Amino acid sequence: MDAVNTTTNTTSSSAMTDPLEFYGTQVASRLLLGTAQYPSPAILTEAIRASGTEIVTVSLRRESGAAKSGEKLAGQSFWSLIRDLGVKVLPNTAGCKTVKEAVTTAEMARELFGTPWVKLEVIGEDDTLQPDVFGLVEAARILSRDGFQVFPYTTEDLVVAEKLVSAGCEVLMPWGAPIGSGRGLNNPYGLRSMRAHFPGIPLVVDAGVGVPSHAAAAMELGYDAVLLNTAVAKAGDPARMARAFARALEAGREAFLADPIDARDMAAPSTPVMGRAVLG
Amino acid sequence: MTPHTDLHDDTVTDAARGADNAMRVRIVGAGVAGLTCAHAFARRGARVTLVDRNAGSGRGCSWYAGGMLAPWCERESAEPIIVDLGLESQAYWREAVPDVPNEGSLVLAQPRDLPDLRRFARRTDHYEWLDGPAIAALEPDLDGRFDQGLFFASESHLEPRKALAALTRRLTDEFGVEMTFEAEGFAAEADDADVVVDCRGLAARDELTDLRGVKGEMLVLYSTEVSLKRPVRMLHPRIPVYIVPRGDGHFMIGATSIENDERGRVTGRSMLELLGAVYALHPAFGEAEIVEIGADVRPAFPDNLPRLRRRGKTIYVNGLYRHGFLAAPALARRAAELAFDGTHFPEVMDEDRREW
Repeated sequence: MDAVNTTTNTTSSSAMTDPLEFYGTQVASRLLLGTAQYPSPAILTEAIRASGTEIVTVSLRRESGAAKSGEKLAGQSFWSLIRDLGVKVLPNTAGCKTVKEAVTTAEMARELFGTPWVKLEVIGEDDTLQPDVFGLVEAARILSRDGFQVFPYTTEDLVVAEKLVSAGCEVLMPWGAPIGSGRGLNNPYGLRSMRAHFPGIPLVVDAGVGVPSHAAAAMELGYDAVLLNTAVAKAGDPARMARAFARALEAGREAFLADPIDARDMAAPSTPVMGRAVLG
Repeated sequence: MTPHTDLHDDTVTDAARGADNAMRVRIVGAGVAGLTCAHAFARRGARVTLVDRNAGSGRGCSWYAGGMLAPWCERESAEPIIVDLGLESQAYWREAVPDVPNEGSLVLAQPRDLPDLRRFARRTDHYEWLDGPAIAALEPDLDGRFDQGLFFASESHLEPRKALAALTRRLTDEFGVEMTFEAEGFAAEADDADVVVDCRGLAARDELTDLRGVKGEMLVLYSTEVSLKRPVRMLHPRIPVYIVPRGDGHFMIGATSIENDERGRVTGRSMLELLGAVYALHPAFGEAEIVEIGADVRPAFPDNLPRLRRRGKTIYVNGLYRHGFLAAPALARRAAELAFDGTHFPEVMDEDRREW
């Protein structure tokens, strides 16, 4: 499988000097991609290759069916297709609304994909798919204690984030905007505060990203990575959009590392205007 | 598009049909793929036998199909080849079975999902934008409920179970196709066939290892308070739903699309989603009677496109995904031409090994 090697050269070289780690695992690509809603698995595969992503999320709640113990779960063929992509799998608990559901789904995911990683989603509200942060903290505590490495989908609330960290989370994934809305970063101030508050914890903007400029903006804020799904899956040409996101992330990260100038109210000419020679 | 004039050519001479030197074709699977293949081979003069493990024809996932002949709408998420196959198949059905209304399709969205309607419009063509009064002119019961919609005037729909029953009758009465039910297809007597056409759907996964199942759930409602002339698609970012009028107050509502191969089991969440969408279309559906719920598994290849494959004397027709009625007749015509004329169809064939 050459899924990972299609990353552009610049990304791989910057990754060597600018590594990103999730629970001790180093990755070069700062794009995490969801696997739902693509026109076909073949197009999903193309998008993953084009993006150079090394981590994909997979949902299990609805796909697993109702197998009795000892029987195989019903979603095997899609999951084995994902496993064959040669990228790391971050199973998620998408669609779970209670702590119990999320914990059960995480346990199933660990067995199925043989990874302690889990993207923890506990949905609190149907219209915005906003996380239920109370259930999220509780589920994170249970799972961390049980040896899971939890990637919590949360809001930009600092107090909730503190509690997630004390529950054992070593990654935080605040939303940019509601899932699938494509609105970008609704609260740049909140996201900036979060970055300042947790300088040493990998932060991933998860959900709400619509176009590559949103992803670049997240990187310019100093975020470590972006997780998205709909923006690529529902694009007219998913593979091309995936490539566009990879480039935007690279540009945004480079910009952050290059220490951008601060915005100011008055013009600041790049060449002096006073005392200029008058010609003619 | 390839010409398909022979689709409409039903001049099968008795001599050809009964002749000792006629091609002997055994078709395995009596769903929409198997029945349309039986028709395509029989009208070319083959002696066709058909076998299915169920008690009658059309009892696999064809039984739960929506029956929308909507090549232009499907373009929203499908490759261009589906449009070509769909146009050919639409013409086939209108000629091959009775009751294929040509009322077009309507695509609607709740006001907050209008971005999805605009996206649908960008990804398709052969439609016109409608405003509220124009929607009400087509479907009076939707008066005042929607301000914008898309109308695909040239599309059709059919009732899958009636259509397959009608085709089954034609095959036995007109073409003398011999059908055996509640039997496995690969008995020893298959050996005397010149060509075996494998139309088993997901059951063919033993031979076609890249097939996977995509589960779909549906329900049928009965209401005399609402009437619709044509299929309506309700767009939603997560839960797109269609409703197809079946006549006599019956409406088929479908369909979920879940990446697993679990047959039969219908979940509460899926019914909530389907019913929620149809309730949003018209509140009178809240008082409709639930006549049937059902679920089955669509056979699909990784690119969700249908295929013909030939291995030795077996031709596989499979991977019709959510496009069974929309693609089967066009594939069947190609399967027959492959067998009779050796015509190769690269747009749907990725394997042709005559010496297997």
